[in-house]
Amino acid sequence: MGDMSVIISGFGGQGALFAGILLCHAAVVEGKHTTWFPAYGAEMRGGAVHCAVNISDSEVPSPIIDKADAVIALNDLSQIKFENKVKPGGFMIINSSLSHVETTRDDIEYIKIPLNELALKLTQPAFVNVMALGAFIEKTGILKLESIKTVMKEMAKTVSAKKAALLPNNLECVEYGAKIIKDCLMVR
Amino acid sequence: MAKVLVKGNEAIAQAAINAGCMCYFGYPITPQSEIGEYMGAHLPEMGRTFITAESELASINMVIGAGTTGTKAMTSSSSCGIALMQEAISAMCCAEVPGVIVSVMRGGPGLGNIAPAQNDYFQAVKGGGNGDYKTIVLSPSTVQEAIDLTYRAFHIAIKYRNPVMLLADGILGQMMEPAEFGEYPFDDPDTSSWALNGADNRPARNIVSLHMPEGAMEQLTDRLFEKYEQIAKEETTSESFMIDDAKLVLTAFGSVGRIAKAAAIKARENGMKVGVFRPVTLFPFPDKDLHEVAKKADMILDLEMNKGQMLLDVRSAVFGACPVEFFGRTAGGLLTPDLIYQKIEEVYKKIETKTKAGVV
Repeated sequence: MGDMSVIISGFGGQGALFAGILLCHAAVVEGKHTTWFPAYGAEMRGGAVHCAVNISDSEVPSPIIDKADAVIALNDLSQIKFENKVKPGGFMIINSSLSHVETTRDDIEYIKIPLNELALKLTQPAFVNVMALGAFIEKTGILKLESIKTVMKEMAKTVSAKKAALLPNNLECVEYGAKIIKDCLMVR
Repeated sequence: MAKVLVKGNEAIAQAAINAGCMCYFGYPITPQSEIGEYMGAHLPEMGRTFITAESELASINMVIGAGTTGTKAMTSSSSCGIALMQEAISAMCCAEVPGVIVSVMRGGPGLGNIAPAQNDYFQAVKGGGNGDYKTIVLSPSTVQEAIDLTYRAFHIAIKYRNPVMLLADGILGQMMEPAEFGEYPFDDPDTSSWALNGADNRPARNIVSLHMPEGAMEQLTDRLFEKYEQIAKEETTSESFMIDDAKLVLTAFGSVGRIAKAAAIKARENGMKVGVFRPVTLFPFPDKDLHEVAKKADMILDLEMNKGQMLLDVRSAVFGACPVEFFGRTAGGLLTPDLIYQKIEEVYKKIETKTKAGVV
């Protein structure tokens, strides 16, 4: 399937960094090479956070990404900050629940999904990060959705019972994210 | 063993545990705090020692204490914290006390910032302590290599009775990638001939860094430098990537060593013969290997996330065999594949101009 680089960005608490970690774990499940590099710093809930993820069939030399194949922007600031980080011909998933900013490029594809509304309608508590991840995986085909679900199930075994109880919600969200893209493609 | 996704800092900590590290002493500082956290979570339950020291001075002096008994011990810190340890590192070299020091560099000088940087090459390799001494410095560029070099650090610290520094940076400390924890691959030498293990039934020993009798200090230093020669012979390591026919060779250590590969691959795709030479041991520096590389290359481009520190060792190794250019950013300014590639294009033109003009 080749190489794929993606930047996942949001405000602290949305799970942008965790979404990246899930993606990398899933890549490991499929025997692929992968790197995860976070913007670390004096971040706090509400501050801007992002991570850069590479997935490849061969060794990844640079964890640092100049231009990404895709950007997942979970809020408006992320859209503004990373719109120009998408390679020409790449795409950007925008959480249109939290961003009403005009898009400015005609050489990339924009996929606007009202993640917060859809997630809350689906289940509570809901997870926009994994829903975006489901959409990303369905869109790119870089990994199997099943691999992410496997990772989630494995992780649930290692966390507290309170967190593990949220596994069904997570699974629902990631599946629904994929379904959004699948349905869109069928309409086209 | 299967590969697991692991963060650089945590990989170093787990590797230290696998290497038989019995004591960890440290004081938290970004971007390496996960090392202490990990040790705190695991060492006590294994019956080993974990102490959050009151300062970096205390940490490194606790390492000395453990090291004099032949016990494998480690501390970790970052730039300004490592600065505080320099006196003790000099003392360790003089008294021949083994110990592992992990330095995960951040921006400086001063308290600087917490962003990734490589501005402590001098601090690690040349040292800020007093006297004629050498710290062995290992520089990993991937999480896998961080594991392998942590194993090696513990072994050679005991083998040569010398402090070993693992020099990483904020990129490697914070990033995650798949890696494999093999078993600790070394047989460590017996320490009973020198370790302070109680003088029952044997003459008393001492391990000190004060040598007052006439000639004693010079004699000791001469012996230490014979040891450093031996270390250079046995431990010098480097990695060469696509350099056999390279006209332009990039030199870089640590994280930049791997980022440079991405730029070199792109340059090859665009018809430029570019390779990468990456020192893995910074002391001992692979100067003979680099000199051979320089004799075959038309130019060397040294890349560092600092203002040009390893550059001095590169120039010294090249010794006029070919021109050396430098490109660096510092204190959180990252060297990205694109930035390196742009610099490659710029300096490669100089090589081609020379070739056309018949200048060798």
